[in-house]
Amino acid sequence: MTKMRVREALRAAMIEEMDRDPSVFLLGEEVGHYQGAYKVTEGMLAKFGATRVIDTPIAESGFAGLAIGAAMVGLRPIVEFMTWNFSSVAFDQIVNSAAKIRQMSGGQLHVPIVFRAPNGSARQVGSQHSHAMEHFYAHVPGLKCVAPATPADAYGMLKTAIRDDDPVLFFESETLYSLSGEVPDDPAFTVPFGQARVAREGADVSLISYSRVVHTCLEAADALAKQGIDAEVIDLRSLRPLDEAALVATVSRTHRAVVVHEGWPYGGVGAEIVDRVQRLAFDQLDAPVERVCFLDVPMPYNAALERLVIPQVDRVLEAVKTVTYAR
Amino acid sequence: MLRVPIPEGPDAGLFRVLRDDGSADPANDPFLSPEQLGAMHRQMRRLRVLEARMVVLQRQGRVGFYGSCTGQEATPIAVGLALSPDDWVFPALRESAIMLVRGFALTSYIAQVFGNSRDLLKGRQMPSHMSGRSVNQVSWSSCIGPQIPQAVGCAMAMQRAGKREIAVGFSGDGATSQPDFHNAMTFAARFAAPCLIICQNNHWSISVPTAKQTASATIAVKGRAYGVPSVRVDGNDVLAVYVAVRDAAARARDGGGPSFIECVTYRMGAHSTSDDPTRYRSNEEVESWARKDPLDRLERYLRRAGLLDDAALAALDDELKAEVERAIDEVEPAPPPSREQLFEDVYASPTWPLLEQRAALSQVPKAESPH
Repeated sequence: MTKMRVREALRAAMIEEMDRDPSVFLLGEEVGHYQGAYKVTEGMLAKFGATRVIDTPIAESGFAGLAIGAAMVGLRPIVEFMTWNFSSVAFDQIVNSAAKIRQMSGGQLHVPIVFRAPNGSARQVGSQHSHAMEHFYAHVPGLKCVAPATPADAYGMLKTAIRDDDPVLFFESETLYSLSGEVPDDPAFTVPFGQARVAREGADVSLISYSRVVHTCLEAADALAKQGIDAEVIDLRSLRPLDEAALVATVSRTHRAVVVHEGWPYGGVGAEIVDRVQRLAFDQLDAPVERVCFLDVPMPYNAALERLVIPQVDRVLEAVKTVTYAR
Repeated sequence: MLRVPIPEGPDAGLFRVLRDDGSADPANDPFLSPEQLGAMHRQMRRLRVLEARMVVLQRQGRVGFYGSCTGQEATPIAVGLALSPDDWVFPALRESAIMLVRGFALTSYIAQVFGNSRDLLKGRQMPSHMSGRSVNQVSWSSCIGPQIPQAVGCAMAMQRAGKREIAVGFSGDGATSQPDFHNAMTFAARFAAPCLIICQNNHWSISVPTAKQTASATIAVKGRAYGVPSVRVDGNDVLAVYVAVRDAAARARDGGGPSFIECVTYRMGAHSTSDDPTRYRSNEEVESWARKDPLDRLERYLRRAGLLDDAALAALDDELKAEVERAIDEVEPAPPPSREQLFEDVYASPTWPLLEQRAALSQVPKAESPH
């Protein structure tokens, strides 16, 4: 095991895969000379040169389309968006081309490609930099959507993503880039998609989450422990495919669930989780499932207001009170 | 040897080979052999026959959709003949037939129109969005334009692999308003990608004439701002398109980077089988373009050269009509694709939700499902 930050784990995964497979290359805005807007790609231009670490013009749909065309003929691009917010400019290329080329071509062509970027809220960057874009993309068959919360998962899941023969959308979090943790030294280590992780075992209530707010849930679980409530924290890691068995298993243990995620409450991944829980584990439930997400407003800039919109420990605790009928 | 002049100033005129009297401009003539000219003519004539027949099939309710390229046959045929077999084609709506020129079977092409179990695409993609891996042709995107930057990316992949293959991306005149057209120009020039971007300016984007689409004096001029050598070619002159594409392809193969070719032509038919052009354009305009018909232009040249007469043309037409009818008869009776195939090719291997859905659908009696 080596202790590293999420950004280092992501970089290590990309470097190892680019060393292993010459068809893998990286492109995006500021990924080369600037070393990445969040320094994830630091040193990669010097190591691999400008034909494999490509600084692109500012045109997300352009370089997404470029990468899709290159992927169709045998390359394996990693596309870094500066943030997932800006992927909205490339939405058509991702949804109408990347997701559908295998299907529309009758399996004659496919697009092994990774789109990766920070996602969700950061700190005081306003409504256009704070979207949780996974909800839009997880709707689409043909795409895989994953959102790791730890350095080990960032490393293992990015390697899985790069080796996958389908388009993988990899949702990072700016606020987690400096999070430190143990990462296995084995270069063969990968984390399969579609398998949730029990981040903390518990018996009384399930906090179901992914990405940044897994850590909010872990904090909430510590607070609940002091109140004598034993919370289980589930880190989904993979949103499409979704680990339904893990959802059923945790609710069967605790009989109460709170779903916590960034992004708005209308539709999306949280609604999907609640659907699975009520449909597949209805008899296990002792209370309706609660959700803690963004308030249903565009993100404000003001720090005090922003704090109200983003899921916080206190809102998780309130939701736990509701599902345990403690209020 | 580059014959197509690249003007520095505003576009003046068109690059042409075939003159109105049926002679060829010797300065620009590619001097194709009689066999090459015969093959070119046969392909154009077959496409004319095929498109008319496909539109009728839609009118008869036998297929769902068709977007014909009638009046625009010169560009797809010239491009198909000018490219090398390993080059990649990213067509737009009216270039599907390039694959026929490059060896794709007519029966397989027509099977895509029916979308039945003979269709390599398994009944998933609309007609006039044909693709075939065997001939390096990729389906275009209905959203208008996304295939053009994809062609540039494909070309960059060829370049990186040290290959001499190139990629060709197509648009119509309307698509040159789309961000992806401009993206393609930006990236193609910035990375000197070995690609051709070809616009068939047929003067109409459904009901919007080019003059209402853009205030740009020409489409070709749009490429020059990006640093892409751009030419304007008579798109109803199959020899002119052939020369322009061959020259630009040679330049791309030799590391000379991308080119943009505007082929000026006219959509003689409707935008698609969902459209009625008599509602928005005049008969006079259509008639004036009918007099510049690309097949007539080539046939006048062939007759003048002693390579074609009335009897030969009539015999060829009979032969081509019979070929198309035989292909339809062979393909049409095939059953729909199996319903289990719905769940294939969503991912490399089916995820368990797909397998569950497939199992559930298999329990539905076939009489209650379409097949």
